[in-house]
Amino acid sequence: MLTAALALAFALVAAAFALSFFRLLKGPSAADRILALDTLYINAIALLVLLGIKLASPLYFEAALLIALMGFVGTVALSKFLLRGDIIE
Amino acid sequence: MNTSTEVLLSVLVLAGAVFTFIGSLSLVRFKDFYTRLHGPTKASTLGVGCLLIASSVFFSITGTGLSLHEILVTLFLFITAPISAHLLAKVALHLGLHSIAPLPADVAAPLPSPTPVPHP
Repeated sequence: MLTAALALAFALVAAAFALSFFRLLKGPSAADRILALDTLYINAIALLVLLGIKLASPLYFEAALLIALMGFVGTVALSKFLLRGDIIE
Repeated sequence: MNTSTEVLLSVLVLAGAVFTFIGSLSLVRFKDFYTRLHGPTKASTLGVGCLLIASSVFFSITGTGLSLHEILVTLFLFITAPISAHLLAKVALHLGLHSIAPLPADVAAPLPSPTPVPHP
């Protein structure tokens, strides 16, 4: 039962990746593209957590934590660049 | 792993995946940036939150002892999601993106045309 649920969850998260990537390619403004990148890293965290459950390996949390940290820093850096024209003033 | 924990884990995993999917679906379906900003925050809190609870339960049962380092990821996402959403909203306002919401009535009403001042 858990195997079937995990398979379905993997399919749903993969579809979420595809939808966010569509917005990343299409997105009319730069803010839309940053939002799509933000969603993509959240999807990557979800995928890593699912993979950790499926392979029964706790190693994937370190990767998920690192992606959470670096994704936030990336979003803030891109937003600051659009807002101020510079990242570190 | 007995049946009840397996059912609990399956429900949590499916709920998390469905919320993640809905967050990305809203990114495609909604019409303007300000509504689009609303969707993925649900994916980051509810979706990843459910998945991390599921994995915490899973590793607490199968591994050795209580597994709590998922809480770190949850805590970090819950702290950073509002900050990045706030910054993105500021970016959208700075870029002057238009909202599909109609203007308030007093702003949208056309100004009365000024009566022409006769030239002396």
